[in-house]
Parts: sequence; structure tokens; C-alpha cells
Amino acid sequence: MTIDSKYGVPTVAVHTQPFERVVRSVADVSGMPHMRQVFVPQPVMGKTPRELRAYIDGNDPITGRPVMQEVVEGLTRRFDEEELKEVAFERSTPRLVEPDTEENLHRLFHESHWTDHLPIILPTEARVAAMLAQTSHKPDEVVGHMRATHFREYWEYTVEKVAVNAVMAGARPEYFPVILAVAASGASARGSTTSSAAAMVVVNGPVRHELDMNCGIGAMGPYSHANATIGRAYGLLSQNLQGGSLPGLTYMGSQGNNYAYTNVTFGENEERSPWEPFHVQHGFKPTDSTVSVFSGCRSTAFILGLREKHWSEHTRNLLRGMDPHNPPTLLLDPIAARQFIDRGGFSTKEQLIAWLYDNARMPASEYWDYQLIQNYIYPRATFGEEPYASKLKALPEELIPMFRPEEIHVVVVGGETNGYWRIMGCNYQKTVSVDAWR
Amino acid sequence: MAGEEKITVLHPMGYPPAVTHKPLARRLETLDGKTIYLVDCRFDDADIFLKQMQAWFAEHMPGVKTVFKPISSVYTRDDPATWEEIKANGDAAIIGVGH
Repeated sequence: MTIDSKYGVPTVAVHTQPFERVVRSVADVSGMPHMRQVFVPQPVMGKTPRELRAYIDGNDPITGRPVMQEVVEGLTRRFDEEELKEVAFERSTPRLVEPDTEENLHRLFHESHWTDHLPIILPTEARVAAMLAQTSHKPDEVVGHMRATHFREYWEYTVEKVAVNAVMAGARPEYFPVILAVAASGASARGSTTSSAAAMVVVNGPVRHELDMNCGIGAMGPYSHANATIGRAYGLLSQNLQGGSLPGLTYMGSQGNNYAYTNVTFGENEERSPWEPFHVQHGFKPTDSTVSVFSGCRSTAFILGLREKHWSEHTRNLLRGMDPHNPPTLLLDPIAARQFIDRGGFSTKEQLIAWLYDNARMPASEYWDYQLIQNYIYPRATFGEEPYASKLKALPEELIPMFRPEEIHVVVVGGETNGYWRIMGCNYQKTVSVDAWR
Repeated sequence: MAGEEKITVLHPMGYPPAVTHKPLARRLETLDGKTIYLVDCRFDDADIFLKQMQAWFAEHMPGVKTVFKPISSVYTRDDPATWEEIKANGDAAIIGVGH
């Protein structure tokens, strides 16, 4: 779009069929509703040159006209008067919904795609006011901006808008500073990626106990009101404050992700961890309360304990099973955390992370052939960006690191009923103070 | 009935930005004798697709000069150097493949 509107070069954009509604809506809100777009069948990925040539020789699946006729006309057909009309307008969101019965309002919220298809609590003025009473921040203060994808526009939201979604999720008012901190991260829990990512929230500091958050048995499951509703609020506020999360339009996750209902929200078991808490690793004091937000949660590997003879091989096997574009965050039951000290002598999380970095390796030829590495890392490597450019110089059989050390994280969670541990493939975004939102 | 009583609730959506008009470039009278950049967004085998399109132009519109041009880095980043090159040396662009 930039090249056509900003640089004045007539351009046609070619997309695959399932993205028609997405790209047309992006063009609309970008002030270019008549941008020339042509469509071909999905997928392009993995098709042979001959198969792709058939796409080009065939018809646009949206218009039914020949693809190349659409391309040539897109570059040569003059815009008519209607297309040349200036498109500019304000958009707004009302503060209140038109008054109605509870039954009708529940139906409206559901049919407007404002819910996660589970029952919600209607955000009455009294309920929202109770939520707002738990923060010193004014209702009209801007908390942040969020968008569903890189190509979509940022939407803005206030303290009151966050409160509305917190009520809908069933959160208690005392949870509100935590939910505001999550919202202030600006990281969407409803990203539109085709890879169907969810988010993860790690809570640290005294607020875990103030809110009776679960850090022990069942911490990542449906066994805590605070864990469940804070995580659900993160999902609802993301979809509503960024402008929606509607399949085929503002959500394109091909398979979807069950983690997205409550976004893997839990407290770190600091009291039973042998190491520094996560937020202290990221510059906060132990007495600070924080939320740490991760995105891209899709893949999970698990194992029981660390056997004396082959613990390192087992760990390497788990790491090799990850997609190298989805770095590992280890979620360790305290028993497993202490076993890492016993087996490997890792007296700090940083020492364990250094070992993981050094042991998560694969042949360079395999690494570069991963589709997500081709899509997101290979272009950066050829652009000269380090450390990827140096990795690109490796011989095909050379074992190269799958991840960067700063992408690898360790969190201790669980109730010591056994020494299970998991690896969540995800991307750490940021740690935000809860105290700043009290 | 209590269920018939109308209540007031708050709207859950955030605030969208204003839509501002962005004019599109004037279209060409003809492609004959022109240079078209086929811009590879470097995603999901788009390069293979665009090279087939390049072959189509060579066969069906030999008067059109095509230049296959991968963007400098990953598609999520703006690429002013490439856009400047196309503006300086090209007449039109086809960019793909958006997924």
C-alpha cells in the first residue's frame, strides 16, 4: 500500500483467497478502499512452479475473471469518479449501549462478537464503577493502544474501557490493577496470526497472595477464580479494544487455540522456587508486583523429572521438537527446578538458560529449511542482521543454535505433586508494574 | 417481570482512529515498453509464484520489462530503499503474495 499511495507507483497486490475480507477491510480503514487487489487460490506455500503457473493462468477465485487480466487492468484501468472521491471520516465508539432487557443485551453482546462465546457478566454502570474504584487512575485516562496484526490500525483504550471488559470476564474489582497492567502491555492476546497463537501471563510479587492467585497445584488449570478471570479479561479486552477478533476478518488462526480462553495466567511459585523470581530477573524488586506478558503460545512439550543418566539428552530432545521460530520458556514444577540444580549444577536461572542455548542446536541446513525461519528469519539474515547473518555462513551439516539466549526463559510453577515440567513455545513481550496501576 | 426491565450497560469496544484519505497513483495508459517490478514479500514461496508471473509476461507481453525484486528484510518492516529504487527505475509494481 505504501508504494502506491506514498511513492506514487501504480501497484497491484496479489493475495490468497481466504484473505479477501481482511485485505479489503485493511484498505478501507487505511483510506484506500479502491486499491487494486487480485486473488489466487490458497495455498501458495509448498506448491510446485507448475502448480503456481496454473494459478496465474487461471481465474481469480473472487471475481471469476482471469488473474492476469485483473493484474494488467489493475495497473492500467483509470479510476472512475466514484473511486477518486476523497475518503475521510471520523469513527467513534459510544460509551453506552442502547438500554434493553438483560436477555436482549446478552444476545446483542454475543451477536456483536464482543464475547468469547461463554456467558459474560453485563457491564452495568454500577459494576464498572466498582471496578474503577480499585485504581487511582481516572476513567478517561488512556491505557494504551492495541492492534490485531502488523497491518491493522492501532485502536486506543481508556481505564474505563478496560474496566468494562474486566466486568464481562467475571473478574472481581480487586483484580483490576492486575488487568490494567496486562492491558498496558499493549500486547494483544487475540493476534490474528494464521498460526493460532494465545498469550501467557506470569504474575509476580505480593499481589499473588493479595488476590489468592494460584501458583501451586493446578495453577495453569481451572482452579483459581483470579487466575481464570484475569486471563479471560485479557482475552476479552484484547479482542474488543483492538477492534475485534472475528474469524475471516480480524482473526485468521487456521486451527484456533484453546489456551486463548484464559491465556495461561498464573503466579510464579516464588516461595518454592530455588531461584530469583522472574520479575526480579527483569529489573524489579522482590516486593514489587508485576505481570509478565508472553505471546505466541502454541506448542507445549512435557516430561517427568530429570533422570540421572540421560537428563541432558532428554532435554535436548524436547528442545529439538520445538519450532526454532518459537523459543522455549521452561515451566518447571519446584521439584523439577531443584532437579536441574542437582543434575546440572545450575544455581541460577541464567546458568540454566546458557546451557539450554548451547544445547538447543540443529544442522544449519535443517534450521534454514523451516518454513517460519524462511518467512521471518532468512530475510533478516540476508539483510545482514546479526546473529542471523553469521548463522547463514554455517556449513549445511554444522550444528547451529536454534534460539537466541535472550529468547529463552524459566518460570517456576506447580504444587510439587510430582516433578513434571513443560516447555511452552512463546515470545516474552514485557513486564509491567501492577503497583503503578493501583 | 424483572426480566422485562431495561438496563443500561457500557460499550466494550475501544476507540478506532480516524480514516484519512490516501490517494492512489495514476494508472498507466499501457504496459508496453514499461518496467514492472515484481516485489517478493518473502513469505510462503512467494518468490516461486512471482517468477512464474515473470515467465507469463515474457510469453504473453514481451514488450514489458519485468524485474524480480525481493524486499530487503522481513515483510513486517517498511523498506524505503526498495520503494525508492522502484520509484526511480520502474513504472509499476506487483507485490505478492499476501496470505
